[in-house]
Amino acid sequence: MGLFDHLVIFPVLIPFFVAVALLFPSLSNSLDKQRVLTIAANILMVVVAVVLLLKVKDQGIQVYALGDWSAPFGIVLMADAFSVLMVCLSAILGLAVTMYASAGEDKSGAFFHPLIMFQLMGINGAFLTGDAFNLFVFFEVLLIASYSLMMHGGGKQRIQANIHYVFLNLIGSALFLFALGTLYGTLGTLNFADMADRIPLLSRNELLITKSGALLLLAVFGLKAAMLPLHFWLPKAYASTSAPVAALFAIMTKVGIYSIWRVHGVMFGDQAGELANIALPWLWPIALLTIAIGAISVLASQSLRVLCSNLVIVSVGTLLVTISLNTVQASTAGIYYLLHSTVACAAMFLLAGLIQQQRGKAEDRFVAARSMPQAGILGFTFALLAIGLIGMPPLSGFVGKALILQSVTKASQAIWIWPLILGAGLIALIALSRAGTSLFWRTTGGNSSALKGHPIQYLAIGLLVAILPLMVIFGGAVSNYAQLAAEQLNAGLSLQQLNEVAK
Amino acid sequence: MELVYAGCVGFMSACGIFLMLRGHTFTLVIGLTLLSYAVNLFLFASGGLTIGAPAVLNGSENYADPLPQALVLTAIVIGFAMTAFAVILAMRGRSDLGNDHVDGTEPFDRLAAEEKS
Repeated sequence: MGLFDHLVIFPVLIPFFVAVALLFPSLSNSLDKQRVLTIAANILMVVVAVVLLLKVKDQGIQVYALGDWSAPFGIVLMADAFSVLMVCLSAILGLAVTMYASAGEDKSGAFFHPLIMFQLMGINGAFLTGDAFNLFVFFEVLLIASYSLMMHGGGKQRIQANIHYVFLNLIGSALFLFALGTLYGTLGTLNFADMADRIPLLSRNELLITKSGALLLLAVFGLKAAMLPLHFWLPKAYASTSAPVAALFAIMTKVGIYSIWRVHGVMFGDQAGELANIALPWLWPIALLTIAIGAISVLASQSLRVLCSNLVIVSVGTLLVTISLNTVQASTAGIYYLLHSTVACAAMFLLAGLIQQQRGKAEDRFVAARSMPQAGILGFTFALLAIGLIGMPPLSGFVGKALILQSVTKASQAIWIWPLILGAGLIALIALSRAGTSLFWRTTGGNSSALKGHPIQYLAIGLLVAILPLMVIFGGAVSNYAQLAAEQLNAGLSLQQLNEVAK
Repeated sequence: MELVYAGCVGFMSACGIFLMLRGHTFTLVIGLTLLSYAVNLFLFASGGLTIGAPAVLNGSENYADPLPQALVLTAIVIGFAMTAFAVILAMRGRSDLGNDHVDGTEPFDRLAAEEKS
């Protein structure tokens, strides 16, 4: 086997080795060296992810058996079109975040760069793994890194939000293990492909136990994804942490969405016999309510970061709608929208960091304050991102929402989805224009003496903002790829196919 | 044996959940610890309970499922690290916020206030 055959595991190994290297003295003493190394590692990860994406597009699903143990006995990593796309997204996000933080944010606490690397390792691992227990392990890796990252910089508010975040997720992890134990007890395997094969063959008295395990998993993933009754931690956590960390967290809710998609959309999907689509009756109302509650919270937000956190909740609801529609077309639209909303929200969090920095004591609250030294460029970027987040043409938010609305075929579903998604867009329009006017126009004269943003911070935001028009210009290619991903996702993979691909 | 085992796991989770429903980080940490013990026992039992059966290695017909043991080992290690982190966080919260309530402020206790006045 050449190096090229091991490509699938690289997105996990690169951040791991870089993170470990960053902890050694010659690097850990010098922030400059750390910055160079993490940015270089992130660029390498983007390259690896893109190469992997092209490989998957040409040759189909890639399966990597760790230690060459074949599937139900060993753990496999599985790179299909969807997971590779998510790895790409996390690599780009990681690059933007480290670039932004290198301007000085990483100085406010210890171990910023190693933690970011561990976090990326966990995220990539969670996307690539083909084994349920391995998914749990990678969840823990990304969570423990996120616990520390969230507190980066310290401060009362952060500690307090972090206590909620950490303890909720610890309880979530315990429930995750209960769910896995239950599923292992009835299915006798934790390999995703093998589990999907065995679910239709369950005997009658095992059905209820398996169902409870599966729904427990839905609660766990729902907690990570900030699904309706479990979303209360999100606004406080995201709004109180530092800008680069919040931007990286924009993909964390998507890890939950991704897992729901894989487990409840596909494994317990149409082919699951008696247990087919068990999560859908729950997901459908929850998705709609998540959008509604998220939109109401958007209106009530008093600062830009809270507003943006609530927009994350709205996007989670929208994605849950596409999962619960359960068609290839809806999944295609969902994957496109997922890309767009992650990038747009992350960019907005980074921008909110700059705005907060330049407004002095007023921070990012919607109150009158001295005008910002770089109000022009900040305002322009804000307008662009707002257009994207609202879903107005010409940016990708519009295409994403149009695709979602188009994928609703039944009138009984359209009657709920259309008004909610369009209404949420209108509310976002109102809230973001109010935010923009009070941040940029309600000024009390005189530039504040606050620090100007570093060019590399603008570069980082520019990198993310540039993706939005690119997703429209190359819209055909992106949506074709999303369709490929959705088809592979919905088709599922049996154990036999998995082992054939692994050879 | 199954009934006793299930009863113990259930009782321990019940205690854990009761403690976690209290509003202070100390009881929360104790509750989480109890719950993670219960989880570990639960995982251990997920492969079925057998007595006197060897691990899969020696080729005998009646063997214990080795996978849950591996899972429990992983879960113990992760649970240990998480508990350590939670304890440090609780201490940090206590020193930064001035109390050990999870919300950072003690809720207003009307009964206590009436007693005082």
